[in-house]
Amino acid sequence: MDTALLVETVIKIVVILLVFSALAGFGTYFERKVLAFMQRRLGPMNVGPYGLLQIAADGIKLFTKEDIIPAGVVPLIFKIAPVITAATAFMAAAAIPFLPSFTIFGYEVHPIVADINIGILYVMGMMAVGLYGPLLGGLASNNKYSLISTARAVAVFISYEVVSGLAILAPLMMVGSLSLLDINDYQAGGITHWIAFSQPVAFILFWIAAFAETGRTPFHLIANDHELIDGFGTEYSGMRWGLFFIGEYANMFFISFVMAIMFLGGYGDGSVAGAFALLGKVAFFFFFFLWTRAAWPDVRPDQLMWLTWKVLMPLAVINVVITGFVLMF
Amino acid sequence: MPNIFTPLLARISPLKQTLSEDDLSIEVDAKNLFNNIEFAASAGFDYLVDITAVDYLSYPKTPVARYAMVYILRSTDFKSLLTIKSFIINEEVESITQLFKAANWLEREVYDQYGIKFTNHPNLKRVLNHHEFVGHPLRKDYIITNGQHCSIAESLMDEMDVQLEKHNLKDEEHMFLNLGPSHPASHGTIRTLVALDGERIKAAVTEIGYLHRGFEKSAEHHTYSQVIPYTDRLNYCSAVMNNVGYVKTLEEMLGVHVPKRAEQIRVMLMELSRIMDHLVFLAAQLVDMGALTNYWYLYNPREDVYNFLSKLSGARLTNSYMRIGGMSHDLYDGYEEDLQTIITNVQKGCADALALIKHNRIFHDRAKDVGIISAKDALSYGWSGPNLRACGVNSDMRYLKPYYGYDELDFDVVLGSHGDVYDRIMVRFEEIEQSIKIVKQIQATLIDGEINIADRSIILPQKKEVYTSIEGVMNQFKLTFEGIKVKPQEYYGSIEAVNGELGFYVVSDGSGTPYKMKVRAPSFLHIAALPEIIQEYQLADAVITLASLNIIAGEMDR
Repeated sequence: MDTALLVETVIKIVVILLVFSALAGFGTYFERKVLAFMQRRLGPMNVGPYGLLQIAADGIKLFTKEDIIPAGVVPLIFKIAPVITAATAFMAAAAIPFLPSFTIFGYEVHPIVADINIGILYVMGMMAVGLYGPLLGGLASNNKYSLISTARAVAVFISYEVVSGLAILAPLMMVGSLSLLDINDYQAGGITHWIAFSQPVAFILFWIAAFAETGRTPFHLIANDHELIDGFGTEYSGMRWGLFFIGEYANMFFISFVMAIMFLGGYGDGSVAGAFALLGKVAFFFFFFLWTRAAWPDVRPDQLMWLTWKVLMPLAVINVVITGFVLMF
Repeated sequence: MPNIFTPLLARISPLKQTLSEDDLSIEVDAKNLFNNIEFAASAGFDYLVDITAVDYLSYPKTPVARYAMVYILRSTDFKSLLTIKSFIINEEVESITQLFKAANWLEREVYDQYGIKFTNHPNLKRVLNHHEFVGHPLRKDYIITNGQHCSIAESLMDEMDVQLEKHNLKDEEHMFLNLGPSHPASHGTIRTLVALDGERIKAAVTEIGYLHRGFEKSAEHHTYSQVIPYTDRLNYCSAVMNNVGYVKTLEEMLGVHVPKRAEQIRVMLMELSRIMDHLVFLAAQLVDMGALTNYWYLYNPREDVYNFLSKLSGARLTNSYMRIGGMSHDLYDGYEEDLQTIITNVQKGCADALALIKHNRIFHDRAKDVGIISAKDALSYGWSGPNLRACGVNSDMRYLKPYYGYDELDFDVVLGSHGDVYDRIMVRFEEIEQSIKIVKQIQATLIDGEINIADRSIILPQKKEVYTSIEGVMNQFKLTFEGIKVKPQEYYGSIEAVNGELGFYVVSDGSGTPYKMKVRAPSFLHIAALPEIIQEYQLADAVITLASLNIIAGEMDR
């Protein structure tokens, strides 16, 4: 039994790694196409039909580029930093149920690597560890732009973890469990049971925080090309830079899953329709990341801080207090 | 004589004076130069247009001294021009930086190019040429082919230390960061060294000259007509505008007037250039804020203008379409249709971009109250064009001193009120609207007729004549090899270009090549103010402030 569980887990890990690495690649393709259509242009068109093989071309390019370690950097930390970003993003995926459980060849599969009872806490924690990627990479780069980017990254991540942490506190008080499976089952009764409707404030706060945590427009400050060139990634090239990229896109997917499961009912009752509904919701959230990028300018770092500490955090606290009172009486 | 000159002449008593329409040129003694300029500034000529020098070493008529300083001032209402000239003996003259902030960089340029020293100047060092450069290129004894190899960049800490001391800051408490010369936000090659406290800029120093190609020296070695392609490269976002500015100055020197149709076509192309340039500005500005989509909404219609220009002149970017006394050829058949496409698409692009940002809170928070400059400072820095109008000063020469029939056209001068980034953006959006209005009016009233003047000493003969008659061949030969002869004079002519007042100060010696040419480039005067206006703002603000000045390195560095 133990061996079977081990084999099953390893298979799941491999599948998730492969699927989401590929999805990160497709993510860039979607992003370029979606942005292109919103911006009255075509996007990638030359490599393969509709530019579909562009991802392969990009991948080959990144993998075969020379691995440049510039003079003056701290080599060990410089090399490790991108791995941290990518690794923590995938490790966070361990506690996310990607689909409802299904039966294949008479064997019941739970598409979750580890149903741990602190699921959401683990996911949030792991994403928070991802901060070490930009932090160490920026500090080890021996570049002033990277340094500023690191300072921004730390400030942004810490602020927004406060908001996202406080925002999910209220729904968790209602559910009474940290497991994402339990959270999903709590909303299994249909659309009216979605936490987004009972906790709209928490939903929107978490959504805003998700933009900051993934560093997407309008909170695209950490690697803001107009100000900081590529921020912590300025000195990186080739696949090391690519790892940062994969980490960022994987994070976008995983946080979309978390939002869909936490607030929009996840896969509901576990039917096939529910499974597709979950994927649809994830696709919507992912699309929304791209949509805002096409529509909005970026805020300034100090405006972001103002927003967190003076607006979002007080709102989150008030939301928790009110939820507490409602639950008590 | 306009009344404004009466008190001036009563007090100054110049050595020589020439008056034409609203403009007065005087020559004064070098001893009283500073006092005279100070008095002129207090008597209503409080806008410094340009400072330059002339080296008379190889001038046909030897004057009293080798060098003369030339100061060009404008009256408060922008309508009268005062040129003060003074021969200097010992290559030294008193700085007027305490009267005009613009004088700082303009005097540095004179020092750089001519080696004339300015006493009491706060920071007399080179500005366009490299600091390792030996000699002064615009001196007549500097041989044009004498190239020099300069390689080591300046640390700029000499200027930065002065700034730090001025603001009572300590060297070790700040991080020094080079924004440029190669940085995504530097829009060309501009270097700004900033002292950062966190992300706040405490002091800044700007260095330019990375694109300096010696336009003025080159002009002295080409015939008047050969200079036209060089003018394309001044503000390369609106090449035709520079063409017109140059040929208009030359035509005024020659005393000729182009036919009405040529004037109309010029106005039409100038306004199209204005639209094109503003579209580039707005696209780049909004991208610097992260608003990516606007870039294509605004750049796609610009492509239509480029297609129009390439159909018309054969070149997309550097058109060289204008000629002294007219233009290379008439509009093509069916241009009206293309013009209609341009107007429709530009209006649609602007409307779409505005729809994205007009009521966007993030945009407002980013652009408002950022990079503010007061109208007083802007005037003192010699700002002009949309940047000055954003401060609420009406400086539009098209309205104040109309040329080419601008007075018969119906358009509004767009003014801001606050002088911040937001105003500079919105003024340009509205100016595009006004330019479209002008283009439509021109199209409706365009008359038939000649586009060139009939003077064979200025305009090349028809190719048919050249191939069939000896007179034609000789005419072509003389004009091409000897150039158009301009009788000896010193003249400053200007137009309202996209970025502001684009002026050409030309000294002619009767031959076919200019003896001296100085371009009054609006961007040069705009960038000089940058270090002061980004101070105490965030790094992110500095990036959008630089973008909002629409610095075009081609005309700034010349």
